[in-house]
Amino acid sequence: MKSLILHTTTRLMMAVLVLFSIFLFFRGHDEPGGGFIGGLVGAGAFTLYAIAFGTEATRKILKVHPITLIAYGLLSLVISGIIPFFTGEPFLTGKWLMMEIGGSEIKLSSPLIFDIGVFLCVVGFIVAVIFALEEEELPANTNH
Amino acid sequence: MNSLLILPILIPLVTATLALLFRTSSHMQRLIGVAGMAALLVSVVFLFTDVYRDGIQVLQAGNWEAPFGITLVADMLTMLMLGISAIMGLIIAIYSIYDVDKEREQFGYYPLLHVLIMGVNGSFLTGDIFNLYVWFEVMLIASFILLALGNSKNQLQGALKYVIINLFSSLLFLFGVALLYGMTGTLNLADLAQRLPEVENTGLVTTVAMIFMVSFGIKAAIFPLFFWLPASYHTPPVAISAIFGGLLTKVGVYALIRVFTLLFTQDIGYTHTIMLWVAGFTMVTGVLGAASHYEFRKILSFHIVSQIGYMIMGLAFNTALGIMGAIFYVIHNILAKTNLFLISGIAQRLTGTFELKNMGGLYKHYPFLASLFLISAFALAGFPPLSGFWAKLSLVKAGLSLEMYIITGVAILVGLLTLFSMTKIWMTAFWAAVPEKGVPEHFGKMPLFGAGKLYIMVVPVMIVAGLIILVGLFAQPLLEVCMIAAEQLLNPSLYIEAVLGTK
Repeated sequence: MKSLILHTTTRLMMAVLVLFSIFLFFRGHDEPGGGFIGGLVGAGAFTLYAIAFGTEATRKILKVHPITLIAYGLLSLVISGIIPFFTGEPFLTGKWLMMEIGGSEIKLSSPLIFDIGVFLCVVGFIVAVIFALEEEELPANTNH
Repeated sequence: MNSLLILPILIPLVTATLALLFRTSSHMQRLIGVAGMAALLVSVVFLFTDVYRDGIQVLQAGNWEAPFGITLVADMLTMLMLGISAIMGLIIAIYSIYDVDKEREQFGYYPLLHVLIMGVNGSFLTGDIFNLYVWFEVMLIASFILLALGNSKNQLQGALKYVIINLFSSLLFLFGVALLYGMTGTLNLADLAQRLPEVENTGLVTTVAMIFMVSFGIKAAIFPLFFWLPASYHTPPVAISAIFGGLLTKVGVYALIRVFTLLFTQDIGYTHTIMLWVAGFTMVTGVLGAASHYEFRKILSFHIVSQIGYMIMGLAFNTALGIMGAIFYVIHNILAKTNLFLISGIAQRLTGTFELKNMGGLYKHYPFLASLFLISAFALAGFPPLSGFWAKLSLVKAGLSLEMYIITGVAILVGLLTLFSMTKIWMTAFWAAVPEKGVPEHFGKMPLFGAGKLYIMVVPVMIVAGLIILVGLFAQPLLEVCMIAAEQLLNPSLYIEAVLGTK
């Protein structure tokens, strides 16, 4: 769409939306948020970009194909699931690593990796759908 | 607690992910597809020995205790079903290398196939009724896409019927789950089995039982809810029809067996009598439907329906022998039915059509293919010494020992009628003379082995035919294992104890 207002706001909003999606993602464990909501907002950013500048430009800034994002998302889910295997616990048991860095406590966990997976899957899925709709005909030859 | 119980779900998931990552290279996809199925088969064999040696195996996913977390349970029935699904997965993965075209591969055929198998395995393993619903959905979504992949008009027509009726069935399933939860406050199957007998409103329990029967009945294609199956299963590529025809309806049968042995045994006089009538009608309508059609895969689709009737009959008998027969029948039927579908695919490659009227001369030019067909068709009809004979024999024995002569008679008669439609295929496609026009150039010249790479399709068919003969000649070990499974099913306290611990 050719509109000066849309183009300018989209450029400004992109950074805000992506940052906000990451904020929502990390906020997710104890407060409302998490991988799914974060992923939706992140996908929203790229959708906006696709509306303003077209799918070709969006593919360029996204760099990876959305379906590849889904694949990496699934891979993260699998990894978070098999981490407890190394301590002999069942699939998907939550493993936690507490660290003290600069006086503040940082929690690393296998559910975090799971959430990253959800985030990637949601972004990948929605962007793939938006691309398919925007490009009208199914992207048979753009799977690379 | 057995941590490896997750493997039959995890391996297809990993395989699907890898296939998705390498989706641009069809070579890698095929390699990953076959290797993933082989790994699945190996893991199932290991788990099988565990269950055989130590009894029912349980895994509490995420280390959340039952009945609060999601439990995976593997008893003998689960292991048998997992085993047959892994074998079929491998066979189909090999067959697909030749059968599935480049375009479908690009659109994610292999990842979807593995997601489908993951859903099927999850349904077999889960010990939680809501989780069963989730796995059904996983399986259905993958199957929707597999059915519609390719976008031909014919396929979309079939897929539409399939999607609508299956969504309706899922909705009913969800209603049933909600009512169960409302009555008992739990979703864990073992916990449900303990609490359902304590529910005062027994009428409502029976109502829920009927809701489940209708919902699973739609998925298993029993009378009078089967019409969607012959309307859709003949539309996609053969590899997909084969896995649908072989495996998917049997997941519905598995769910019926599970809930009607573990949960709904309060009012057997009511529910199981209905099931017996349904079984009889399913057998008869299916086989008559097959007799009236002249399209290879439509005939086979109607036979799926008819064969489901036998399994439901075994379940309705509710004796060890009957349930054993039903389980054995499921295994035999998956082998024979999938193989017939696979053979129809080879015949179509050679003659260019699925219409029996336009086929002919297969026996003259391809005697080996004809013998493979004969083995599978005779097994389906129940000829000794093939697998179908033992399956039917145990069911007939179970029926006679209960003195239910009418239904047993129907079962034997339907066996004969099955032979009639198999003969019809034989007479036209194999024995008749080669039709004068419409036969492709390569008919009679393309060898089964060697040039043309048709052997990629023939070898899987040979393996399954070999298994059918093997099961027929050495039926005893498998019958014994099926008997263990049936005894475990008829003694739900074993299942409850394994999941919830001894009380």
